[in-house]
Amino acid sequence: MAQDLRYTKEHEWVRVEGDLAIVGITDYAAHQLGDIVFVELPEAGRKLAKAGAVGVIESVKAVSDLFAPISGEVVESNSELNGNPELVNNDPFGKGWMLRIRIADKTQLDGLLDQAAYEELTREA
Amino acid sequence: MAYGPHTPDDRAAMRKAIGVASTDELFADIPAAMRASELRLPPPESEAELASRLSRLADRNRVDLVSFLGAGAYRHFVPAVVDQLLLRGEFYTAYTPYQPEISQGTLQTIYEYQSLMGELTGMDVVSASHYDGATAAAEGALMTCRATRRERVLVSRGVHPHYRQTLCTYFGGADLVADEIPLVAEGPASGTTDLVALERMLADPERPVAGVVVANPSFLGLLEPMAQAGRLAHAAGALFVAVVEPVSLAVLASPATYGADIACGEGQPLGIPLSYGGPYLGILACREPLVRQIPGRLVGMTTDIDGRRAFVMTLRAREQDIRREKAASNICTNQALCALAASIYLAAIGPHGLRDVAAMGAARAAALEVALAEAGAPRLHPGPYLNEFAVRVPDAAEVHRRLLGRGVLGGLVLATVEPDDPSLADALLVCATEVTTVDEIEAFASALCDEIERGRQLGLPGIAEASR
Repeated sequence: MAQDLRYTKEHEWVRVEGDLAIVGITDYAAHQLGDIVFVELPEAGRKLAKAGAVGVIESVKAVSDLFAPISGEVVESNSELNGNPELVNNDPFGKGWMLRIRIADKTQLDGLLDQAAYEELTREA
Repeated sequence: MAYGPHTPDDRAAMRKAIGVASTDELFADIPAAMRASELRLPPPESEAELASRLSRLADRNRVDLVSFLGAGAYRHFVPAVVDQLLLRGEFYTAYTPYQPEISQGTLQTIYEYQSLMGELTGMDVVSASHYDGATAAAEGALMTCRATRRERVLVSRGVHPHYRQTLCTYFGGADLVADEIPLVAEGPASGTTDLVALERMLADPERPVAGVVVANPSFLGLLEPMAQAGRLAHAAGALFVAVVEPVSLAVLASPATYGADIACGEGQPLGIPLSYGGPYLGILACREPLVRQIPGRLVGMTTDIDGRRAFVMTLRAREQDIRREKAASNICTNQALCALAASIYLAAIGPHGLRDVAAMGAARAAALEVALAEAGAPRLHPGPYLNEFAVRVPDAAEVHRRLLGRGVLGGLVLATVEPDDPSLADALLVCATEVTTVDEIEAFASALCDEIERGRQLGLPGIAEASR
């Protein structure tokens, strides 16, 4: 688990790069879901509202929503996942990234969990 | 194994556990007026008494009529093998089996149904079936809204009026809009979908269109300009939904060849007997990119742990039992027995047989057109048809009633289903299939000729006017 990430209670991670936020789901979430077989992501240009359901992650045993960790506009979604959804299981913090979002307001990052808080959350679970 | 699920003691224990004194208390939130009332049933009867009562009721059905009624449900010859195989206990269920380890036979028949429908429609994905053509069409229209994230579909008035009503019911509940595309009023294309109006309706930038729904043949039996309608839909970023009649696909272009994204239709003509209220069979198919939007069961072929061919339900995650309120549809089963009937029918008669059925129906319909025109009932529309068409008959409702008295079911009085369309006021929708005989056509034409003549002599207003 990387130090420079922020997390949500819904098990998304966020990495800030300038005005952009890269978003994915954590290895904990990927492991809980099991083998991921399909990821449906919003198209570039779509405006996301924080905590809204913006995508769908389908595994062999469940379907979960992907929630927007912050508000902003989608710049790119990871098209590699169309043909290779298993990247989310194999490399959740790297090649398994899902969205690049142009951050609407950087203060909303303050509401996200740091690594210690997220580890605490998953330990409780 | 006990078949009574809950004994009075079980119920008492459950009430105690949740702290209610009586079962009625659980329904206290429902206003008294809204609760189900006692069923008022007659006293019980023995099996013999009941059989006799049901026979008397069944005897009230007219099965002696020479029928020219189609309008969405069609008379066809059904080989005896269809019913014989359906009666096997292994198959006798409407439901999709969940457990592949004990259901390979049933799953294989569903897979074969999907494959056969895939061949007929040319589409990549076929659902394991829906309730009937109307609900399949409504589901097809809903798919276009989910896939495009738009909220308005355009439905041709050439789509069966019952299908349009079902679609409106589905759409009303989902806060979606369904607008009707008018039909061409006159000229060589009269009665078919008005492409100029369609293009205009698609051009409204404030109200983007998710899907365009057109039936081929249309409710009025006419062949529609499917390729053009599909091109117009796609140019506006909308999907194209074709409502089709499966037997016709043996001789007409398939939805895939004219670029449809979704195909749907009524499967009854494929080996399922006519019966008032069904059960019938909803066919729903789509192109591969829409696979996660198609509602209902899908059965796939895979291999088991030993590498042997095996069949399983697949893409379950779109469905209600898993996705709850986010499912693609509320449907959570299929019409397995009717789908099986369709599969056995198609396998029994084969591709050449199906072509013969469609071609013979068209030939009989052509003979019917000539005979009715000579009897004084010419076609209402000039365009091409397959085996069903509308004819102009003065005082159609009265003539239809009198024909019944003479043992002829003279199709459908169009005004009964399209009361708001003045162009259909004095018209019958008639059809012929491969089981329609030359004698039946003669009987219909001669009875119709008599009735029109009788109306003329009586000076019935509609008939006097028509004969001027």
